[in-house]
Amino acid sequence: MIGILLAQTIALTGGTVFPVAGPKLDHATVLMRDGRIVAVGTNVAIPSDATRIDATGKWVTPGLIDGGNQMGLTEIGAVRETNDATVRNDTVAASFNVAEGINPASTLIPITRIAGVTTTLAAPAEGLIRGQAVLIDLDGATIEAMLVKSPVAMVAELSERTKEAGGGSRAGAAERLRHVLDDALEYARRRADWARAQIHPLAASAADLQALGPVLRGELPLIVVANRRSDIETALRIAREYHLKLILAEAAEAWQVADAIARAGVPVLVQPLDNIPSYDGLGVRYENAALLVKAGVKVALLETDTHNARNLRQQAGNAVSNGMTWDQALRAVTLSPAEIFGVADRYGSLAAGRVADVVVWSGDPFEFSTAVEHVFIRGREMPLRSRQTELLDRYKKLPPTY
Amino acid sequence: MRPSIPCLLAAAAAACASGGAHPAAAAAPAVQVPAPTAGPESVSVNRPQYPSTYQRHANRPVVITNATIMTAAGQEIPRGSILLRDGKIVAVGATVAAPPDAIKVDGTGKYVTPGIIDVHSHLGVYAAPGTDAESDGNELTGPVTAEVWAEHSFWPQDPQIPLAIAGGVTTIQALPGSGNLIDGRSAVLKLVPARTVQAMKFPGAHYGLKMACGENPKRVYGRRNQFPSTRMGNMAGYRGAFIQAEEYRRKWDKWNQDHKGDPPERNLRLESLAEVLRGNIYVQNHCYRADEMAQMLDLAREFGFKIRAFHHAVEAYKIADLLAQAGTAAVVWADWYGFKEEAMDGIQQNAALLQQAQARITLHSDDPGGIQRLNQEVAKAMYDGQRAGIAVTRDQALRWITANPAWVLGLDSVVGTLEPGKMADVVLWSGDPFSVYTKAVQVYNDGWLVYDRNDPAHQPRSDFELGQEPPPGNDR
Repeated sequence: MIGILLAQTIALTGGTVFPVAGPKLDHATVLMRDGRIVAVGTNVAIPSDATRIDATGKWVTPGLIDGGNQMGLTEIGAVRETNDATVRNDTVAASFNVAEGINPASTLIPITRIAGVTTTLAAPAEGLIRGQAVLIDLDGATIEAMLVKSPVAMVAELSERTKEAGGGSRAGAAERLRHVLDDALEYARRRADWARAQIHPLAASAADLQALGPVLRGELPLIVVANRRSDIETALRIAREYHLKLILAEAAEAWQVADAIARAGVPVLVQPLDNIPSYDGLGVRYENAALLVKAGVKVALLETDTHNARNLRQQAGNAVSNGMTWDQALRAVTLSPAEIFGVADRYGSLAAGRVADVVVWSGDPFEFSTAVEHVFIRGREMPLRSRQTELLDRYKKLPPTY
Repeated sequence: MRPSIPCLLAAAAAACASGGAHPAAAAAPAVQVPAPTAGPESVSVNRPQYPSTYQRHANRPVVITNATIMTAAGQEIPRGSILLRDGKIVAVGATVAAPPDAIKVDGTGKYVTPGIIDVHSHLGVYAAPGTDAESDGNELTGPVTAEVWAEHSFWPQDPQIPLAIAGGVTTIQALPGSGNLIDGRSAVLKLVPARTVQAMKFPGAHYGLKMACGENPKRVYGRRNQFPSTRMGNMAGYRGAFIQAEEYRRKWDKWNQDHKGDPPERNLRLESLAEVLRGNIYVQNHCYRADEMAQMLDLAREFGFKIRAFHHAVEAYKIADLLAQAGTAAVVWADWYGFKEEAMDGIQQNAALLQQAQARITLHSDDPGGIQRLNQEVAKAMYDGQRAGIAVTRDQALRWITANPAWVLGLDSVVGTLEPGKMADVVLWSGDPFSVYTKAVQVYNDGWLVYDRNDPAHQPRSDFELGQEPPPGNDR
């Protein structure tokens, strides 16, 4: 955390500031010190040692948060050597926390952050119980330096992809999930019996059952990837049975049961630009996010393509053209994901005490014509450079200079 | 293969299986199928080969007024008008004289562009809902399958088709997949609801031949311990195929001239390749890496044909000068990269750098989602270029999904711009097509209102969608 070491004070002045937690402020100042925001407002006293950045005419928002990808866990999609998001041959991998698989040197990290996405989920990719996701800031030389929260959620999936874990039937997969949860409860109650081998065979390893403890105590959310309406309802049912803190993800047909989701107080992670029907989600449609918000569901928007997580703002813009208000969409890529992942006291809004993940845009962040002008992560300004800008510089004029 | 002279002269353009006819024949109505006769037509190759039965829908003239007209031919006319009649663009300008029976569309605040053309789509051949049952895009039973035709896989009830129409797409090239060295023929289609693929076939369009470089073919066959398993194997594979094709062409060209003795044995695979050598079929080459594209340009020189376009071409910017010189188009994404090793060097300024080098640029989707928002992909590529200091005009950028893909298909005299005489493939947008908030409001294909955002009567649905939620009138 070099920003803290340098004890830097930065004042962004004159911009149109979107605190998200409060109303838009014109000609406002955002003051950052030692990696935190210390003041936001139209009447902020700027210390004499502060570095001033004129943001007049610019839009200032919290860094965008993408809850939908495998950042740091993949470099090249089709190259297995570079992928660390899945524990293969283990469809119940609750004890698998992805953190130590994260590569802080991934070239995707600068590519993403210079587009205004400063924080992402790093989530396990496959399995009935995929493992534990973590939240990371897109800066830091070490995994520890990047981590915002670990674990942030357990991830499971109830879909056509995981029904094989139940012998090829959705009912089988749901039953297997219940079996694992039951045994995790049993394991928690009878640790001593387990140690003396005086217990029936359990449905998963001790490490996995142990890892499910916080989920069953309601301390750690369970993200369930489910698309078909009936799968979403199964997830809601299981969450009721075990008193789980559920988060739905992908959720193609969620709009069809929006009221039930709202009543259960379950938030949903949605990728707006999904409308290709499959048998896992024949009812998939662009208006999903807007319809959920309208029903009172808390929604965070996703860009699930890790390489193009930078297109989160395009997703948000399309959510607007499909029925969300602009303010709802901004919230759905900042404060709402921060709330859903339990870090809203530090992330997702511009207010005193928050971590200084801040982006200065030339205009509306969702518009293609808008440029990212400054990106701060934990109060440190990121150089707007990536492997891709270096390729551009090399080949701008042909032949290149090697 | 077929006698080339009758083909060149044929008025019934689509009777020539290769689609080698001049695009001027595109407006010809449904083709009369000639009866087999004695002489050359007793040979199957000379009979109609799955001819187009496409017919324009009769409709009243349409005049759109007071809209910003982006012609893709050098002009952006504020508060302009455009008149469509009998499937043609009749007039474009500040004012146009509209016939009394014309349907009047108020374009205030709206924009008009040519219909979007996607030269790299797998609609219909990899149809939704995406089970193995609809997986008809890759004939992975041998590395050279020039004999397969995408139209024979194409499913007109693919529910992805109405979605693409709603995104302003009026013409597609449906391609076989890229698992083989030579994957098969493309289908160039009017994107209209239809019962048969024949009723969608763009009259007079050139067939494409899909070829693939790099990782895909060597992976597919290498894993089976079959040929090819390396990039050098790939090259040997193409060369071997074209050496056979040269021989085949020679035999048929000779027989077509003298009709002496029995005709040579017909071979569908070599027939497609011979048509490439004759220039009647355009090579549409999936190729990512700059060095491989340079190899393919040399291969084309070795056998005396032209590669019409490199598709995906994420490294095209590294050899923009070579591509401009060769007259081969680069068909690219706005920002895809990194999904495989050969795609690692994709950058957001690829299109803009190619434009700067005066190479011919086209954006493509290769994706049923992306095809619905090619206007957004162009906007990203244009603004990313401009922000990097590369001069790209709005008109040039619009040409990346209109006039330039029309050229890639050999249809640039027929579609791709808003100019009098062009086919009335026209999109009315709710606002600037380069804004994230803009949507297609109306889509005209050959003058037919095939989609209207505000009128459920003009929101086609595939058979597949019937009886399912969501109901009509949404964007799925």
